[in-house]
Amino acid sequence: MKKFIPVGILLLILFMGGCYSCNTQRSLVNKDEAVKSAWANVQTQYQRRADLIDNLVATVKGAANFEKETLTAVIEARASASKITMNANDLTPEKLQQFQASQGQLSQALGRLMVVSEQYPELKANQNFLALQDEIAGTENRIAFSRTSFNDAVQAYNITVRTFPNNILSGMFGFQTKGMFEAEAGAQKAPKVQF
Amino acid sequence: MKALQFLTLFFICCFSITTHAADSDFPNPPNPPRLVNDFSSILSDAEMQLLEDSVEAIEKRTSNQITIVIIKSTGPYEIADYATQLGNKWGVGVKGRENGILLLVAIEDRKITIATGRGLEGALTDAMCGRIIRNEIKPAFKQGQYLDGLLQAVSALDLATRGEYKGIDKREAEKPRGFSIGLILFILLIIFILSKGNNNNRGGGITPFLGGMLLGGGFGGGSNNNSDSGGFGGFGGGSFGGGGASGSW
Repeated sequence: MKKFIPVGILLLILFMGGCYSCNTQRSLVNKDEAVKSAWANVQTQYQRRADLIDNLVATVKGAANFEKETLTAVIEARASASKITMNANDLTPEKLQQFQASQGQLSQALGRLMVVSEQYPELKANQNFLALQDEIAGTENRIAFSRTSFNDAVQAYNITVRTFPNNILSGMFGFQTKGMFEAEAGAQKAPKVQF
Repeated sequence: MKALQFLTLFFICCFSITTHAADSDFPNPPNPPRLVNDFSSILSDAEMQLLEDSVEAIEKRTSNQITIVIIKSTGPYEIADYATQLGNKWGVGVKGRENGILLLVAIEDRKITIATGRGLEGALTDAMCGRIIRNEIKPAFKQGQYLDGLLQAVSALDLATRGEYKGIDKREAEKPRGFSIGLILFILLIIFILSKGNNNNRGGGITPFLGGMLLGGGFGGGSNNNSDSGGFGGFGGGSFGGGGASGSW
């Protein structure tokens, strides 16, 4: 009878370990899916912005002798940003950084175009242009919001992946840490909120 | 073991402190609930009440919650981002319909934003919000007429949302009209059956039956009007995804 006690304990430990790793695997899959759906939302918003930029470029082209340089910069940045496609299964920190950099370049070119367009009264009176301007501004805000949600989802996922003893298990199951969006430069400013 | 416990507690404290610091950037939802919230006191009590009445009337009619918040400054936040987060914190709009609108004014920044709940993004596009800001709000705010600008914005928002989203009360009121042909056929059928059945017993019970139906219709109309009484019941857990437009004056 005494012989069976160590075997029993061993079996119990194996059983508990199995339960634990099953739970971990399940929770990792859930969090992984949450990250993927958050990413889908991020991509939708960036796609929406790209489509709006196409319309904006067409509208601005119609304006009499609009600064060529600015317009070309936007078109080129738009083209190179659309080249970097991200797969939801492959959100490594390096790839995400690349993606963010190319989209950031497009944002800068777009911002410059908006500033330059202030000098064209013809555009400022163009209802179509004003509408596109509003839609793009709204989309930028949606992008910012979807990025925050994505970062939250990735953070929850990464914490699960990296904490002990999950880090051993997640390596076995093939879950790697994922990249997050970094805050844009100059996002932290001094002034405080006042009600 | 003691050290481990202490460390855990320490980290929990650190974490809760940082989340609270971010949370305090946003005022708590008003209690009792109100749709018009002026934290920087640029409106008089009478003006507040006037605005509150107009947005509450819209809420009663369409269930869309147009919420007005006036603060001094959004500090480091983009005003559109601040409005989105505030709308989510308060839960402006009804859960499932996501029909909240948050009109945020930052007086010292001279900035205004309209944030639309997810459910209204179709009817109230960013471009539409931008147009309302440019045409209704800006001209009045430039002359310091905040109440006029806000009242005009509220009625414009209401008009804009009407195309897509119909409130609960409205839809119920329209139902009988939609079924009117069916109702007529049903009445004709009843008359037909009753006239057949009552052949022996002339001067039968058709009239009281019709009378009862009309009476029922009358009660239906009455109950719709009665729902206008009572104040704003509170926010319903709606959410915002970042839609809307901003401007400055």
